[in-house]
Amino acid sequence: MSGPSNYKPTTAFGKWMHERLPVMELVQGQALDFPTPKNLNYWWTFGGILAVMLVVQIVTGIVLAMHYTPHVDMAFASVEHIMRDVNSGWMIRYLHANGASMFFIAVYIHMFRGMYYGSYKAPREVLWMIGVLIYLLMMATAFMGYVLPWGQMSFWGAKVITNLFSAIPFVGDSITTLLWGGYSVDNPTLNRFFSLHYLLPFVLAGVVGLHIWALHVPGNNNPTGVSVKGAQDTLPFHPYYTMKDAFAIVVFLMFYAAWVFFSPNYLGHAINYEEANPLVTPAHIVPEWYYLPFYAILRAIPDKLGGVIAMFGSILILFVLPWLDTSKVRSGNYRPLFKGFFLIFAIVCVALGYLGSKPAEGAYVIWSRILTAYYFAHFLVILPLLGLLESPKPLPSSISDDVLAKKKPALAPAE
Amino acid sequence: MSTAEHAEVNRRDFLYIATGAVGAVGAALTVWPFINQMNPDASVLALASVEVDLAPIAEGQAITIKWRGNPVFIRHRTPAEIEAAKAVNIEELPDPLARSANVKDGEPATDVNRVVGGKEQYIVMMGVCTHLGCVPIGNEGDYAVVEGAAKAGGWFCPCHGSHYDTAGRIRRGPAPENLPVPPYAYIADTKIRIG
Repeated sequence: MSGPSNYKPTTAFGKWMHERLPVMELVQGQALDFPTPKNLNYWWTFGGILAVMLVVQIVTGIVLAMHYTPHVDMAFASVEHIMRDVNSGWMIRYLHANGASMFFIAVYIHMFRGMYYGSYKAPREVLWMIGVLIYLLMMATAFMGYVLPWGQMSFWGAKVITNLFSAIPFVGDSITTLLWGGYSVDNPTLNRFFSLHYLLPFVLAGVVGLHIWALHVPGNNNPTGVSVKGAQDTLPFHPYYTMKDAFAIVVFLMFYAAWVFFSPNYLGHAINYEEANPLVTPAHIVPEWYYLPFYAILRAIPDKLGGVIAMFGSILILFVLPWLDTSKVRSGNYRPLFKGFFLIFAIVCVALGYLGSKPAEGAYVIWSRILTAYYFAHFLVILPLLGLLESPKPLPSSISDDVLAKKKPALAPAE
Repeated sequence: MSTAEHAEVNRRDFLYIATGAVGAVGAALTVWPFINQMNPDASVLALASVEVDLAPIAEGQAITIKWRGNPVFIRHRTPAEIEAAKAVNIEELPDPLARSANVKDGEPATDVNRVVGGKEQYIVMMGVCTHLGCVPIGNEGDYAVVEGAAKAGGWFCPCHGSHYDTAGRIRRGPAPENLPVPPYAYIADTKIRIG
């Protein structure tokens, strides 16, 4: 890791420790003194918010596991037991269930921020790719967690998603049998999903460590996209960004608490309070809101294998985004055409989410197809061409100049 | 060791590679049980056969039973449904194969290949959509036999809109294959064993 460290142990114990495990030097260099661009706006606080949400999910999850029974005959009842009998169980479960949604809201904002400000461009490609990996791990973890209450939507969601793998030619059926541990989603499936749902958050925490490591080598991007040129462009992370992040975290936690305490089931599906029945599929099955755009893409393609490829492709394409965007200018603030296309892309993603929640018929299917085509065109056609065709606005010479230029009118209105 | 004068392969290189290869095979052999433990266990395999009495199923009636954790549809078809299934030109089917465990692989999806000859009134098949595994709804879809306001036979999958005809063959929608017919045999005139 780069970054200066001025750590000098002052106490006898500190000196003793420093010679054996220089952990305080790491903390001071990477968390306290770390030079951070001084113009970061509130969109940059979502990294800290995400770290908090990961901790919240792990803590509430460990507590829930103390009361939950991963068996098809008892799982549903044990969740009701948590809701009715366990002290504060209802709150802890609602924190965990809504926490997953909050985690995804934060990660989507974090990703769109990275896309708008070009945070994936050199030298941050590996940082971005680790981020995509984190997102994939989050989706896998959330999916397996949703199966655990063993309601109707849990069961049928699990069945449909695991069946995606049956589209793989030749080995598909063997893979789904291996995933299920049987010929259908059943007790072995529930057991292994519980085991993996407990494991993956810790894997996630490890990969988040790599993400922060990869962040601290080049340092933060910033709203101008201009690289840090010297000490005048940065501030130490503490206290400036510890305070800014802390404020944003508190506001975000208020938003989170509003869901938990005032509409804890709004983001879920009522039919998941009906126990899983392997013989009856609910009339309208939909995934959780954070998967809806990908579900719309899956259903847009009128072919089983093609739909599955398009769905996975729509996520995997993010891995190569750093090489699809040909523009050398990072920040969207200085790219007049990109700005408009970015907005259209964001609207298309939300619209795909809406279509994913609707039944696959009539105009919904047609719109899903149009928007799926646009989604891929954004990455494969628009971004590569924009870099070549667009003339970006002049960039500020440094972060410091940009900050001062913005302040000038207020300081010297008579200029 | 890597200088030009030692460039030819010697006995030590061979030993390095051979040792590494044995190590890799050993590692793969150790990993396999940890993957294979996820496959169906003995208790799951033990539940793999079930007997059903078809006599109580009236004409036009269908039942769903559970076999290997999955629903199996058993329908007593009306003559109109059988006729509709027989009238279909096999070449027009999205999946022209029988998909029955009771006939040879690659047999065409004729109505008789989807049931047991002489027992055409009973159709037995997995109630699992070949798209993504939902349970299709009976007496629904565009390929049911319509008599007045009522639909008979035919299945429709609510998840992603696949339509199956009165012989359980896919006709429209994203499902790639006909509903599979499980291995079963008549052990009495109106009694079958599935599995």
